[in-house]
Amino acid sequence: MLSNNHADNHAGLGGLGGVGGAGGIGGLDSIYTELIAEHSRSVENRHRLQFATVSQKGRNPSCGDEITLELQVEDGVIKDAAFTGIGCAISQASTSIMIDLIKGEPVEQARHLADLFLKMIKGEITDDDELEELDEALALKNISRMPARVKCAVLSWRTLQEMI
Amino acid sequence: MSEISADNAIKNYKKDFPLLQQKMHDRQIVYLDNGATTQKPESVIHAMCSYYGGCNANPHRGAYELSVRATDIYENARERVKKFINARHSHEIIFTKNATESLNLIAYSYGMSNIGAGDEVVIAISEHHSNLVPWQQICRQKGAVLKYIYLEEDGNLSRGDIETKITDRTKLVAVAQVSNVLGLVNPVKEIAARAHSVGAVMVVDGSQSVPHIKVDVQDMDADFFVFSGHKMLSPMGIGVLYGKEALLDAMPPFLMGGDMIDYVEEQETEFAPLPAKFEAGTQNVGGAAGLTAAIDYLEKVGFEYVESVERELIDYALPKLKAMPYIELYGCDSRQDNKTGIITFNVKDVHPHDVATILDAQGVAIRAGHHCAQPLMKYLGQNATCRASFYFYNTKEDVDRWLEALSTVRGVLGYAE
Repeated sequence: MLSNNHADNHAGLGGLGGVGGAGGIGGLDSIYTELIAEHSRSVENRHRLQFATVSQKGRNPSCGDEITLELQVEDGVIKDAAFTGIGCAISQASTSIMIDLIKGEPVEQARHLADLFLKMIKGEITDDDELEELDEALALKNISRMPARVKCAVLSWRTLQEMI
Repeated sequence: MSEISADNAIKNYKKDFPLLQQKMHDRQIVYLDNGATTQKPESVIHAMCSYYGGCNANPHRGAYELSVRATDIYENARERVKKFINARHSHEIIFTKNATESLNLIAYSYGMSNIGAGDEVVIAISEHHSNLVPWQQICRQKGAVLKYIYLEEDGNLSRGDIETKITDRTKLVAVAQVSNVLGLVNPVKEIAARAHSVGAVMVVDGSQSVPHIKVDVQDMDADFFVFSGHKMLSPMGIGVLYGKEALLDAMPPFLMGGDMIDYVEEQETEFAPLPAKFEAGTQNVGGAAGLTAAIDYLEKVGFEYVESVERELIDYALPKLKAMPYIELYGCDSRQDNKTGIITFNVKDVHPHDVATILDAQGVAIRAGHHCAQPLMKYLGQNATCRASFYFYNTKEDVDRWLEALSTVRGVLGYAE
């Protein structure tokens, strides 16, 4: 396994051949799960929204990540949502998952989910039952243990909060 | 010159660095972020400890033995830096907290008094924000024009731009001796000559050069030269501004307060002569003690050795990186003699922050992001990049570990080779 000390082992580039996904690399499998990897590559929610009623830029100045989140809100319900922009796998996956969660939901519910998500990332709520509504976004729970990546996970959710 | 193998470095030097003995995520740490800051050898840590343990007092003040010792240590550091970069006088060496403060001192003190509406300031597109934002803001305040020297295809500064952008209207030229992203040594001596030919002053940011190559401020004829201690084995919080005596003498103080005065009356102050004029308040004597020890250590290693190790590691890593089809390299197209130990790259489809996280999980520390050079990133058409930067204590084994970890990155995110 990679977690052993290989300082004296010239395994070279071939040494990791066949490692699929993050399995085995010290703790990465709890962050770059298959779900996160898939969402980060997904283009389903990544496009401009023709009938957007509200649009907002979200930026992480320290890393240069930038997304534009667009919502089509009618009668207090988020009819449609999409995003464009660039960023790391975690910010992109978090955004994609968030859009899946809020599409078709009342604004009030989206606000509630954003609040719940941020509390999960801050480690204020850890009980999975309480977090159940976050569904696929629960996959980002482990980010709460990675201070260096917290800002990536919360970018889209904070942007959403500013919009609604 | 005999061939020096980089693998010898582990025997000679890694053992001197306590931090490099550590494990990170269960593996021996591989530290490849030397462009951001270097690790500190035992001798530097010891110099700091013995200052605080045996000599700590406010320099230049008390008439007692401890204060005299602190003053000696501080002034000895100035003398040491003067010799290290070959300044003419020790009072041309001003201590600051880092290169950023040094550049701000020049911008506020020299820039505010000497740059006016319609004047031009010329910098390179590859500048670190610390050698860009101060000039940009001074130009905005004064109604001056900020012009950029752009790059040739190979990443070097455009010769044409050096000729045409520096004109009779140019008041100041500010260029890094080595770019913190591309790692290429810029022809600062030639640029200084061009600047002087139009009557402009030449500011050289030595943050990425002083730790890696022998620097001679008189030979390059810089008017101002700045660097940070922490990128060359010293503690954080000690930096240097070198300026030619005549220029520094004519400049107003930047920060005002204690120890930078001769006489203070109710409505008037007579400022102290150089270097005290620019060193208001209690200074970082512990940092200066560390800086002296760092220069001693570095000169013992020798710049010939530093350069040869970095060259060997670059020559070892680049062909392997070029053989990885999913790696994009910047400023590494051909083998260039003016390349220092910095490799900037991207992994196809993967954001640099994910690359850094995946490498970190395997004990390899690299930098990811815009490297405080956003205009350069934009110029290169990138949002962010990864950077591995070597120092003389790195080894081929470190490179192997880095490349081994790099080969896992795309797989972690579910991409096929």
